[in-house]
Amino acid sequence: MVQRLRLRYAKRGPLRFTSHRDFARAFERALRRAAVPIAYSQGFTPHPKISYASAAPTGVGSEAEYLEIGLQAPVDPEQLRVALDAALSPGLDILEAVIASEGSLADRIDASRWRLELFEVEPKAALAAVAAFNEAQEVLVERMTKQGRRSFDARAAVVRCIVTEEADLPSGAMGVPCAIIDLVVRQVTPAVRPDDVLSGLRVVAGLEPPVPPRVTRLAQGSLTAQGDIVDPLDADREGAGIGGR
Amino acid sequence: MSVNSVFPQLEQLLPRVSKPIQYVGGELGAVVKDWDDTVVRWALMYPDAYEVGLPNQGVQILYEVLNEQPDVLAERTYAVWPDLEALMKENGVPQFTVDAHRPVKAFDMFGISFATELGYTNLLSALDLAGIPLLSADRTDDDPVVLAGGHAAFNPEPIADFIDAAVLGDGEEAVLEITGIIREWKAEGSPGGRDELLLRLARTESIYVPRFYDVDYLPDGRIQRVVPNRPDVPFRVSKRTTMDLDAWPYPKKPLVPLAETVHERYAVEIFRGCTRGCRFCQAGMITRPVRERSITTVGQMVKEGLEFSGFNEVGLLSLSSADHSEIGDMCSGLAEQYADTNVSLSLPSTRVDAFNIDLAQELSRNGRRTGLTFAPEGGSERIRKVINKMVTKEDLIRTVVTAYSNGWRQVKLYFMCGLPSETDEDVLEIADMAHEVIRAGREAAGTKDIRCTVSIGGFVPKPHTPFQWAKMDTPEVIDGRLRMLKQAINSDRSLGRAIGFRYHDGEPSLIEGLLSRGDRRVGAVIRRAWEKGGRFDGWSEHFSYSRWVESCAEVLPGFGVDLDWFTTREREEQEVLPWDHLDSGLDKDWLWQDWQDSMSEFEQDDCRWTPCFDCGVCPAMDTEIQIGPTGKKLLPLTPVNNLRVPA
Repeated sequence: MVQRLRLRYAKRGPLRFTSHRDFARAFERALRRAAVPIAYSQGFTPHPKISYASAAPTGVGSEAEYLEIGLQAPVDPEQLRVALDAALSPGLDILEAVIASEGSLADRIDASRWRLELFEVEPKAALAAVAAFNEAQEVLVERMTKQGRRSFDARAAVVRCIVTEEADLPSGAMGVPCAIIDLVVRQVTPAVRPDDVLSGLRVVAGLEPPVPPRVTRLAQGSLTAQGDIVDPLDADREGAGIGGR
Repeated sequence: MSVNSVFPQLEQLLPRVSKPIQYVGGELGAVVKDWDDTVVRWALMYPDAYEVGLPNQGVQILYEVLNEQPDVLAERTYAVWPDLEALMKENGVPQFTVDAHRPVKAFDMFGISFATELGYTNLLSALDLAGIPLLSADRTDDDPVVLAGGHAAFNPEPIADFIDAAVLGDGEEAVLEITGIIREWKAEGSPGGRDELLLRLARTESIYVPRFYDVDYLPDGRIQRVVPNRPDVPFRVSKRTTMDLDAWPYPKKPLVPLAETVHERYAVEIFRGCTRGCRFCQAGMITRPVRERSITTVGQMVKEGLEFSGFNEVGLLSLSSADHSEIGDMCSGLAEQYADTNVSLSLPSTRVDAFNIDLAQELSRNGRRTGLTFAPEGGSERIRKVINKMVTKEDLIRTVVTAYSNGWRQVKLYFMCGLPSETDEDVLEIADMAHEVIRAGREAAGTKDIRCTVSIGGFVPKPHTPFQWAKMDTPEVIDGRLRMLKQAINSDRSLGRAIGFRYHDGEPSLIEGLLSRGDRRVGAVIRRAWEKGGRFDGWSEHFSYSRWVESCAEVLPGFGVDLDWFTTREREEQEVLPWDHLDSGLDKDWLWQDWQDSMSEFEQDDCRWTPCFDCGVCPAMDTEIQIGPTGKKLLPLTPVNNLRVPA
């Protein structure tokens, strides 16, 4: 392995229904389509050197997914980005590629920012529910996990949950109300997902959107004291061009 | 008239169903065209779940062939799982294509490829969801022409009431000819409506339009005759044969799904047709003659298919791939070309001989030796003569031992149960064979760590085969034999431990038998079974034997026949079979003679290396055997050193 690259990619539109496993298979095929000189692990069944940061749930769109690849020959990051983006279906879009500097990607990610579009929900109703959620010390929600039904707190991990004032209606039918929630959640165990916060809004205020809300991850990275999120590739851009260890 | 996407409505339902990715399209190789820029529009369906249907070669080939025409649009649709079906009905979302999510009803043609008869209930679900009347007779000019193809279309009588037309045989040229007929008819202002269009299709003499034929029955329930009910349609409808596979190198741009599917590989058909003459094998009978694709075309298709798709597995497909005249050079050439890559090559191997092992060794030289499959099909020497599977027990043991001594640890043996004239002893010999395989294998490999899996499928007599007259055994007989076989395998505990036993019970086979050799009266059974909730009958978790038995009991007595009459009854030479007016090229007298030969355990050789035995196909269809060798070799590939930006 002579070079490590880090990529930011998006899952958009209908392809937000791509599961992480689906994406991983498509990405490996894209590496071959684009003739990327990917490095392989040693051993009886060599695997391409790809590692993923925490992936958005199936059905959730994302503008901020991250992965890292190891290469056996150096390439120009922008050329690689263009080639890989062309090799993937439209909707799975490679947005950025940078040469990795020291430190791991995982260490630079501890929170996500999400946008929740609640169609056919009056912003007023959403405001009330969000206020009740924020006031609560603890909001117990349930979710099916591999271990069965689990109950856990969806409140503590939430750093910010506000109903945004937006002039433009989002995509979707005209004339239908839509509440938009801006949500920042720390990545904890067990994970608190946007779905869990939506369950929390139902628990505290009985908010039940009549159609499934559309959720998009807008950012992932490290949380600042002000509640902002720092792009994990910033550090790579600053220390540009080290080109692997 | 433009047609809107149903995606906005569908999108609301997707978070509530399992594996939503299968409904969103977005595959590499998918084509989306503007509706208004095209004249002839096809919706192509494989009537099973997306994960099974997407890799289907037939649909992929027709999809690509049609979309290459500038004024033609082809999109795909698959069976939706019951969870989405319920939501679609509740919310008024119609059957849609995955490419542009257009309603199936809006298309000119709705073509369904039936690899198996167990997809018939899914046809009814799709028509129902699409808002297309289930019965051909109830459709209007606003409905697409519902066209069946695929192997099951060689006897479409059980679905004759639900389809408007059927095409027998190879589809690549047929879809273009049909497209031409629709194009011309539309350009003339669609004169005479639907009826005129169907008539024009029927006049080609190779498209079957069931409504133009009447079926008369004898008092005992047998068919008296099938005759055209109008003057200008042919008495018999012929199958299609695409000659020169090098001229049809599809799929060039295989569909690469995001969802996980049953095959994730670039598949290339290395030849079509088979004259081995296995008497149970409908595919081998109806796809004659053998037409090879040349080694160089295969090499070119593999190279371009892999570059386009990014797949790292190649399947060299055919009915008996080791029989290609240049298979040795093809395998070693491809193995050489992809030696330093992670591309793996596979040859679905059924031939039982040492040559097969040489090929497998060639293909696995940079990979693992996971498993080999052989298909002796019959347990005893006698039954193998009956089915014309010319392989001796000694051949089989020798072949399998060679595999074990060359490093394979797992061998799969495929057999059938319920074959004509089969006795308990024929089936019990499978146990002897498996024991012998393990005993000899342990000795050859020098280790006890070898395994063999015995896999048993139920025999189903199919139209256009020498066994089309045969009676089926009842599920009780089949299940009894399988129980005895299992006991016999485990009678020796040391050997039995190394033998896996997989089988299907007899009930689904009996229903498949009903649907395979049924006539138009079976349509009422299919409809009743569907109304009772029948879906995905090829899936054991969805198939219900009692549902089919009840449906038969409810509708068949009205016709004076029953389930047994269609399945466990042997037919006589003079009986008019429901598919006699559909011409596969096989001479019925020859088929009857082969059936008689079968019962006297007389074997029939292959016409590729012995003289023609007059099955009738080549003269009837004006075709000929097309085989090599061409003498050409595959050249080394130039390594790629730069990033490639796919178009």
